Amino acid sequence: MAASVDVRNLEHSYGVQRVVRGLSFTLDQGAIGCLLGPSGCGKTTVLRCLAGFEPVQGGSIALAGREVSAPGRIVPPEARRIGMVFQDYALFPHLCVAANVGFAFGRRPSPDQHRRVAEMLSLVGLEGAARTYPHELSGGQQQRVALARALAPEPDLLLLDEPFSNLDVDLRERLSLEVRSIIKATGTTAILVTHDQHEAFAIADEIGIMHEGRIEQWDSPYDLYHQPTTRFIADFVGQGVFLRGIVAGPARVVTELGDLDTGAPLLAADGYAVDVLVRPDDIVHDDAAPWQAEVVAKAFRGADFLYTLVLPSGSRVLSLVPSHHNHALGEKIGIRLAIDHVVAFPAAS
Amino acid sequence: MFLQDAPEGGVQYWELLVSGLGWTLAVSACAWVIALLLGSAIGTLRTTHRAWVTRVGNAWVELFRNIPLLVQMFLWYFVAPEFVPALKSWVIAADPAHAQFLSAVLCLGLFTSARIAEQVRAGIQSLPQGQRLAGMALGLREPQVYRYVLLPMAFRIIIPPLTSETMNLIKNSSIALTIGLAELTFRAREIGEYTFHFFEAFSAATLIYVAIAMAANRVMALVERRTAVPGYIAHGAK
Repeated sequence: MAASVDVRNLEHSYGVQRVVRGLSFTLDQGAIGCLLGPSGCGKTTVLRCLAGFEPVQGGSIALAGREVSAPGRIVPPEARRIGMVFQDYALFPHLCVAANVGFAFGRRPSPDQHRRVAEMLSLVGLEGAARTYPHELSGGQQQRVALARALAPEPDLLLLDEPFSNLDVDLRERLSLEVRSIIKATGTTAILVTHDQHEAFAIADEIGIMHEGRIEQWDSPYDLYHQPTTRFIADFVGQGVFLRGIVAGPARVVTELGDLDTGAPLLAADGYAVDVLVRPDDIVHDDAAPWQAEVVAKAFRGADFLYTLVLPSGSRVLSLVPSHHNHALGEKIGIRLAIDHVVAFPAAS
Repeated sequence: MFLQDAPEGGVQYWELLVSGLGWTLAVSACAWVIALLLGSAIGTLRTTHRAWVTRVGNAWVELFRNIPLLVQMFLWYFVAPEFVPALKSWVIAADPAHAQFLSAVLCLGLFTSARIAEQVRAGIQSLPQGQRLAGMALGLREPQVYRYVLLPMAFRIIIPPLTSETMNLIKNSSIALTIGLAELTFRAREIGEYTFHFFEAFSAATLIYVAIAMAANRVMALVERRTAVPGYIAHGAK
């Protein structure tokens, strides 16, 4: 099956500044992809290129097997069969909710199209709001209207630009799951752009981490977290620190907190210094453990504490500990490593 | 005093004021239609991303904004016909009142169109960028984006400055007396000169101007209330 979205070696510059540098990815029909990256990494520019708002200076974009962007060639946005949800929703304030959702059908929608609008409103749970105006709705409701409006004309591709950034954190988490189920219910291929990894993890099937105008790794959320391929990704995704280790055998690393079995052979000779990625959930509090660390900071998070610990060598690690283990600052606690997937990079100098 | 007969034409003075009011209203109404149509078109063109269209729009606005209104009135009445032979022969043959009316309407209409163009541009540019993009993403071509997305909101936003512009236009129409159009101010002065009751004549004219301007204001306020978007602008004009 041909990929629904096929981006190859995309290049885009604003003046002399190269914002997108040879970016490629593909996305299958019905999948939800996400471009995740810090602000300024070029992710919104990629989305604008996909939508047809920006020309491309190199590479190509094909949607549903049809080339829509290449240098000197651009299919305009209105002819791309895309739907877009904007950061500020961009609902039309002078039109009621039903007119917003049915906007793509023109001013005199057919009975079928009327039915489609009603269907979309019930899909997003706003059946009763058809006659209200955007500014009379809450942020979460406006966002669902924006989603219904984008999905109503059955686009080949749905684009979402930081769709949750205007919502408060509680709502964000709930809505992102809801949005995922709505998109999945329609079977639409979608691409989300965000800097918030919780959002990305909650919605996307596949995530591309963007760094300096490229995709550094394109993978499932699980693999990004557990098997980052570069230091940048290990740092960017989730919390964690690097712990110095020395290679001691084909699949063995010695660290301050004991020996680790890497599972797979390392591509480094014995005695080579590496940095092992240690996530907060990789460090388990265990009074019987032979290793001790001093609590230097703690953050209460309800179900657990996030402790910052200093090892005898001076290295710092983070540890997630159930909240009934309430230790004071300065106290020494027993810890041990419990790493399932060992991820190590050549030691930074 | 207003019930006395005027020296000419067998009419009473109040009838002179009414005829002046008629010209004032006619000039203002015609000029307003021209100003609104041209102003909207030029203001809209100035927000498109085509360089030469924007430049033509900017030139238009600067031309009509930077020349004093009184000078423009003289240019339209005395100078313009010199450049257009057909117009000149018509001006000579026609009833002078018609030529004065046409000049005044063109002058006020074009002058005000430049000001309305500025407001329309500001109104469109005050809308978030996403509105235009959302329209395009939903399958609209550029003219449709303006027609169905941008202009409906832009006009709602600029109703208050448009109201002042309308009132200004009505008051500016008094400048037409300088080219001899017998509008309200012209008649008030005429009555003053015949009767030496300048105070009464201009008091009457003042009251009439205030009444027209307030009526225009009320009409615009009604339009503003009727077109208010629920929840968007909290309170329309009262």
